[in-house]
Amino acid sequence: MREPTTEVSTAEPQSQATVVPPRIEVDDVTQAGQERHSDLEVKMSVRNLDFWYGKSQALFDNSIDYYQNRVTAIIGPSGCGKSTHIRCLNRIYELYRDHKASGEIVLDGNNVLGSGVDVLDVRRRVGMIFQKPSPFPMTVFENIAYGLKLFYKLNRSELRDRVEDALRRAALWDEVKDKLNEPGTGLSGGQQQRLCIARTIATEPEVVLMDEPCSAIDPIATGKIEDLIEELKHQYTILIVTHNMQQAARVSEYTAFFFQGYIVEFGETTKLFSNPDQKQTEDYITGRFG
Amino acid sequence: MRALSEVPHRSVAGRRSSDIVIKVLAWIAASLGIALMGWVIVVCVQRGIAAWNWDFFTQLPTPVGEPGGGIANALVGTLIMTALATALGVPAGFFAGVYLAEFGKNSRFAHGMRMVTNVMMGIPSIIVGLFSYMLLVPTLGTFSGWAGALALAVIMLPVMARTTEDILNLVPNEMRESALAVGAPRWRATLGVVVKAARAGLLTGAILAVVRVSGETAPLLFTALNSAYWTIDPGQPYANLTVTIYQYANSPFPDWQEKAWGASLLIIVLVLGANITVRLIAQRGKQ
Repeated sequence: MREPTTEVSTAEPQSQATVVPPRIEVDDVTQAGQERHSDLEVKMSVRNLDFWYGKSQALFDNSIDYYQNRVTAIIGPSGCGKSTHIRCLNRIYELYRDHKASGEIVLDGNNVLGSGVDVLDVRRRVGMIFQKPSPFPMTVFENIAYGLKLFYKLNRSELRDRVEDALRRAALWDEVKDKLNEPGTGLSGGQQQRLCIARTIATEPEVVLMDEPCSAIDPIATGKIEDLIEELKHQYTILIVTHNMQQAARVSEYTAFFFQGYIVEFGETTKLFSNPDQKQTEDYITGRFG
Repeated sequence: MRALSEVPHRSVAGRRSSDIVIKVLAWIAASLGIALMGWVIVVCVQRGIAAWNWDFFTQLPTPVGEPGGGIANALVGTLIMTALATALGVPAGFFAGVYLAEFGKNSRFAHGMRMVTNVMMGIPSIIVGLFSYMLLVPTLGTFSGWAGALALAVIMLPVMARTTEDILNLVPNEMRESALAVGAPRWRATLGVVVKAARAGLLTGAILAVVRVSGETAPLLFTALNSAYWTIDPGQPYANLTVTIYQYANSPFPDWQEKAWGASLLIIVLVLGANITVRLIAQRGKQ
């Protein structure tokens, strides 16, 4: 394995006490951000988040604010904890027995990681799009109706209207309106991913997490999804994990740079890409590593 | 380090000949297996087809020495008993498999259960028959269709459990995560999405479990036994094809022996039909 040359790499994964803090105090950054953007509301704020896969720690003391109706891109080299971080925000990691998180994730004043929290409600409010399109084994219509039926008692015509609305907002309606009763798996990769987006926004979540949503689809479909993100941000708070820095620059207002489980830098996308405060960020965005 | 060009080469001819030897051996082994199976089927058809006529499928057995009659009661008995066993064994095995694949996973209880399941698959069916005998026959005071069905269900259970677990493990985790991410509780994500994604495979597994028991004779000998009468109520000794074959084939009467062949052919046709159904389901599942 290549020996990383940065300060943070000296952190012992298992003993919190000896963890070397990242070079930048994230709280400073977010405070600075808040001063500049005092009109922005914080939708979700993460404080001192640590995460373990069994005995190996993957996230160290993550603290960050996500602004309402803004797109925040999460970038960083493979294995730096980007996906791990957003998988904490809707507690989806709990599917696996040995995955553990500690810290605070505050959504509208409530700690998502708290013990008395209704996880199902958290997941309704914090939707998620995965890397690989994963339509359910049912028709296009049923795919969208699935989430709606979980939470609401809708009559047939209301359900139909909502399914159509979700598909329209996901810019997929025109392509699938004649295929509503065909299996969702029969769509193309890009269509499947928009189907998953439609499925997620059908229940009107407040935050949408996107975990490399374009990595498995072609450039044209990627373009459509980026346009869609632009549309959706008026209604939702969007977090997008991406390996593609052009994409991060195109779609996001804020960017967080992750490295080895730490949030190294967080700030406005234009600032972070043109004039980063941290050398690690600069090295990464200029392609010197990662 | 020497340059590879200076190192003596292995003989290509040697590799080619061993390639041919392996191919031939594999071919012989495969043909032998197929030929034996083919032979069994050919013999059953040759000797059994003579027994097949309208009466064979519609009439009760005649008393010894009296020609004619059929095995209609055994056919119906086998179908009912297999259906009862399926109703017991398949759901139990299915839920055991769901537990192993979705909930138990690597817990100690699941490990123990997996081991017990494997052991159960290896238990000779006659022992399962003894178990069912011990449990039901003295209690009910008679050999019965219930006891036979229970024995068959116990044989099906581990087969169904392991197949279910294996097939659910093939469903990618993204499917589980997507369902949970929409806000589905775990049980709905499992039954409504994960199981649905695996439905073709699960149906195949269930049919194969049924096929597995449809030819069992040993566990029925001292549970269902057999009957020469119409048996619809499973509370009595129960007519079935395999014990009929066993008894008729052992008899000194050529007429009965012919009927044994006829019943054997019938079982083969039923099993073949089930396998073709499985194929069709699997194909449709792929589309």
